[in-house]
Order: sequence, then structure tokens, then C-alpha cells
Amino acid sequence: MQITGSIARAATQRTRWLTGGLLGALAILILVAYARAPQATTAVLTSTIRQSTPIILGALAGIMCERSGVVNIGIEGMMLIAAFLGFLVNVWTGNLLLAILGALLAGGIVGAFHALMAISLKVDQIIAGTVINILALGFTGYFYQQGLTTQGKLVPVEIPLLSSIPLLGPVLFANPPITYLSLVLIIVIHLLLFRTRWGLRTRAIGEHPAAADTVGIAVNRMRYINVIIGGMLAGLAGGFLSLESVGSFERNMTNGRGFVALAVMIFGKWTPFGAWGGALLFGFANTMQSQIQFMQNRLPPWLAWVGQLPPQFIGMLPYLLTIAVLAGFVGRARPPAALGKVYEKE
Amino acid sequence: MERAKPPKVDLWGRGRALLRAALIPTTAVLIALLIGALIIALSGANPLIAYSALFEGGLGSTRAFARTLEKATPLIFGGLAVALAFKGGLFNIGAQGQLLLGAIFAAYIGFAFQGLPPVLHSALALLVGALLGALWAAIAGLLKAFTGAHEVITTIMLNFVAFNLTDWLADGPWKDRAPGNIVARTPKVAAAAALPNLGGIPLGMILAALVALAVWWLIWRTTSGFELRTVGQSPSAARYAGIPVRQITVLAMVTSGFLAGLGGAVETLGVVGRFQPGFNAGLGFNAITVALLARTNPLAVIPAALLIGAMQAGASRMQFSSGVASEIIDVIQALILFFVAADSIIHGVLRIKPDDGEHVALSSGWGA
Repeated sequence: MQITGSIARAATQRTRWLTGGLLGALAILILVAYARAPQATTAVLTSTIRQSTPIILGALAGIMCERSGVVNIGIEGMMLIAAFLGFLVNVWTGNLLLAILGALLAGGIVGAFHALMAISLKVDQIIAGTVINILALGFTGYFYQQGLTTQGKLVPVEIPLLSSIPLLGPVLFANPPITYLSLVLIIVIHLLLFRTRWGLRTRAIGEHPAAADTVGIAVNRMRYINVIIGGMLAGLAGGFLSLESVGSFERNMTNGRGFVALAVMIFGKWTPFGAWGGALLFGFANTMQSQIQFMQNRLPPWLAWVGQLPPQFIGMLPYLLTIAVLAGFVGRARPPAALGKVYEKE
Repeated sequence: MERAKPPKVDLWGRGRALLRAALIPTTAVLIALLIGALIIALSGANPLIAYSALFEGGLGSTRAFARTLEKATPLIFGGLAVALAFKGGLFNIGAQGQLLLGAIFAAYIGFAFQGLPPVLHSALALLVGALLGALWAAIAGLLKAFTGAHEVITTIMLNFVAFNLTDWLADGPWKDRAPGNIVARTPKVAAAAALPNLGGIPLGMILAALVALAVWWLIWRTTSGFELRTVGQSPSAARYAGIPVRQITVLAMVTSGFLAGLGGAVETLGVVGRFQPGFNAGLGFNAITVALLARTNPLAVIPAALLIGAMQAGASRMQFSSGVASEIIDVIQALILFFVAADSIIHGVLRIKPDDGEHVALSSGWGA
């Protein structure tokens, strides 16, 4: 035990050094870019953060479910239904706060449905998630009517003083509400998972539910709570799409983000900050995808060929990146041990 | 080796077993239709009018039935693809992408070559389509076998890539350059490549039924099928028994993709006559419903596909004559899927004991 412990500690130490080094190199790269083209750099970074918002929220949803042992591939569907309900509340009331609450509620309800299937009805969890995804497409398609319009969407709020810091200010402190919330939630969920009794219990039921049960943790009740909270996080991601990013609803507007979120969760080894790193990578890929079309004529000569690519090829980029990330990291990441298994008392 | 003869064919017992096996899917469909009716009623339309129009449009006339067959054919192939993967413990959500590639390459062979003899031309187009589907699925199979990347995510990502790729092909190099055409689509395939009707029944449908038989035979009567099922039940037990798990995983994905690609090719050559982006959107998800409704039994895939196909064939008529949006079909399908998957509900409703049939076990985590 002692020996494996110290090996593990040494490995963690190495990972920390590596992460630190990478972050330092990244910071230098950004500073150099900022010195050469301040406006473009700020624009790219701001867009990266916003594009990563629904991904990190979806990944946090996945972390909540999977850390407690429940696979959730229904995040995509949860996002879609919540985006739709948030949109409807916005149409009916014009009140964006109520609309966000509507999205949260919708996510929570679908989360409860997933918990019901996965925990109580013992449906295979991957099929349960698929039920949600198909149901979401059908449900939103059936009730959506063309021509509904909203009065507005969530707009950026500048935080006084902080927002006037060069580079950091516009990127981090001049965001719309759900983006702020997602940044706060990364920290909150990290602290909850690794610094509280609740987090310890969540991780325990995800790793060894039988042992958790013997020390008096109500395994299935905790799983229910976690999956419902996960649903609400996915709901917030949906709310971001229909209330903050687009300001309207479109059929299948999630467009695979729920699945990308799962890949990011695995990339981040089921930790909030790790997943955030992955989400930012995708936010950056998405940003580049839209920027390349604008920058066609201003690309440096050695990158000119990129501007000549058909848009469909650039459209593949985030998805190819997901596959690469998954193939490169999943082998080395260890999922919670009891993931996907129904817990039944002996 | 000589096969041992079964002592006696117990027809009565077999019939009862068949009825029992059909009981849960049938009940699931009925409950889903009931809930669907409730939703239609709640949104202010008359479910009876809607459902009778749905029935009319799906099975009410020879024309309607022909449309149902048309819709059901690719669903049989897709359902078989998903069911076969399930047997090996794999969830192929990528049938959609494999089907897209099969469809566009069949179209390419169909229009790019002229003057080939009829049977040869269509056979070649079918084969190339199926192979492209197999190739596309092989990517996910190899990733799963060698890196542990879960096929659920990789196949979905590959769907998006396939969507972009086929969209580019149909709007770029393989675009229909006929004067007046502005949409993304390929030229029409040559007459020699198109699949004809045999005695009123589309050749594609006959092919689908034959392939269903072949898949059944493959799963239940061959060594590979036995290995596939063993890996699906328990990879560790299979490894212990000396079955090459990685090889079987890749092979299962490849065969699954072959079937899906064949489905896309059949639809291109038998129904649409060309590739046009979006014409088969949603087929991948519907194939999952079909496979699970058939409880992953290859032969049961045929009636399951006919049912879902009839619903789709009738949907537009229902929308036209009762004003109920055709998306209600998707809701009903998801409900069917839910009740088939959550069969403990139906066991409770019918007060029957669960059978000890094989259960699909997929979600054993993301790892290798």
C-alpha cells in the first residue's frame, strides 16, 4: 500500500509539473499573439470561452452522473429539451430569468426520468440515454412551431474594474450570465467533489457501492440526486444555446454538443478542471472553424491552403478532434469502477 | 462434424415461445400508441382521425403498402446492423454514417459507369456501397479494440464527419451538373444499376429478407456467431476461453457497417435513384428502435421494420388530413423503445414473470 501510494504520488507530481509547464507555454503563446494582434487575440479567446460553455456544462453534467456510477449518454437530449423549454418560457413571459429556471427545471425532470430508468427500472443505461435522445428530437420537433419569436437574449455584463484589465478583462469579465455561471460551477463542483463529505460519498458509490452501503450511504438515493443535478446542468447548457448564444430555438440545435461533452469528460479524467481544458480546446476548434472563413485573405502564406478548404472539411474539425482526443486519452483514463452497473442490495 | 438431430420438433411449444416473445414488443407498441393518442388529444387534435389517417397512409391501399415497403427496406438493413453489433456487446449508433457512405458510393458507381450489363452493374454498386459502410465502421471497431475509445461516441462523431463528407461530395466533385440543377445531389444512376421490382415487390425488400436469414444463420449457426455472442455476453469469459476478443470486436463492427452500407446502397439504387443529402436523415436512430423492438433477433427485425416503416409511410398523410405534425411518430417510437427497454413495467402490467432470455448488456463503462 505504502509503495503504490508513493508511486501514485510521484505520478501525480509528474502530471502536475507537466500540466504546469503546458499552461506556462500556453500563456506565453497567448501573450506573444496578443502583442502582435491584440484585437484578434481577444476576439478568439472570448469566442473560445463562449463556445466552450455548453460543452463544459454538459461535461459537468456527465461528471455528476458518472462519478456516482450512472452512465448518461442522454445529455444531448437533455440539452435539447431544456433549450426548447427555456425558449418557450422566454416566448410566453419575456422574462429571461424565468426562462433559465424553465431550462433548469426541464433538465432536472429529464434527469429524474433518466434516473428512474437507469436506477429503478434497471434499463441498460446506454439505451436509457438513447431513449432520451430520440424522445427529445421527437418531442421538440412535435411541439415546435415555426414563427415563434422572443423578445431578447442574455447579453454580456461587464464587471466594473475587472473588465478593464487588458486581455483578461474582456475575455473573462465581460461575459453573459450563463457563461459566468459555468465558470463558477467548475470551481464549485470541483470543491464539492473533492472537499466535501457529499463529494466523498458520491465518489464512493461510483467506485464501490456495496462498501458505501455497508457504512450507511443510501446508494440509490444519492444516485438519483446526482443524476437530477446532472440533468439540471445539462439543462443550463441547453439554456445557454437558446437563451444566450442563439436567442432562439432551432430543430436539433444541440448538434452533437452533448456527445462532445462526454468525450471532454473522459479527456478530463472525470474532473471539472480537466474537462474544462478539453472544453476550451473544442471551443478553440469551433472558433477557428468560423474564423477561417472570415480570415481567408489574411492568412499567412504557409496557411493559405487552409483557407481554400471546402467548408465541409472545416466543419468536420471538432468531430475529428473528439475522436482523436478519445482515442488518445481513454486508454489512460480510468472511469469510476462501478460505472454502468445497477446496484442491488445483497 | 455431423450435426446431432433434434429428438422431436415441438411445434406447439415453439408456437407458444414465439407468442411469448412477441408479447412484450406488441404490448410496448400498444402502450406507446395510447400515450401518443393522449399527447395528440392534449395538443387539441382528434387522435382517432390522426391514427386512421396514419393507418390509411401506411397500409390502406396498394400504393400505401408499396410506400411502407420502401420505408421498411433500409430499416431492415439498419436494424440488422444494429442488432448484430448488439449481439457482440457493441452499440453501433453509427449506422447513419455507414449508410450515408454506402448510399453515396453506390450512387457514384451507378452514375459513373455506363454500359455495364444490368445485373452486374447493380451488384457492383451494392457491393461497393456495402464495403464503404464496412470501412467506415472499421474505424470505430479498430479504435475500440486498440485504444478502448467507446464506440458510442466515436460512431456518433463519425456520423457528423460522414454527413460533411457526403455533403461535400454531392455538392462538389460528384454534383449533378445537369443544366438547371442548383441543389446538392448526384446525377441519376444508370438504368442498369437501378433495382427493379419483381412481381410488384421491390428487389431490395427481397434482398433484405434474404440478408436477415443470412444474419440469423451467421449468429446462431456458425463458429464466428458463437464467438460473437460469447464476447457480447462477457468479454473476459471469452478471453479466458481463447476467443480473440479484439478481432471479434473489429469483425462485428465491420459486418455491422457492411449491413448498414448495403441498406444505404439499396435505398439509393431501389428508391431514390441518386444520392441527395438529407433524404435518409434519422435512419440511424430508427434502426436502433427496430433492433431493440425485435429484441436483437434478426428475423424479428423484419416485422419490426415493417411496423416502423408503415408509421413513417403514413405520417405525411396523417399530417395532411388531421393536422397532427408528423414528428409525433418520433415521440411514439421513443416511447416504444422505452417500454421495450424497461420491460419490467410490462411484466408488471401483464403480471408475467420475466423470461430468462438474453439481455443486452452495453453500459459497462467507457474503458476497454
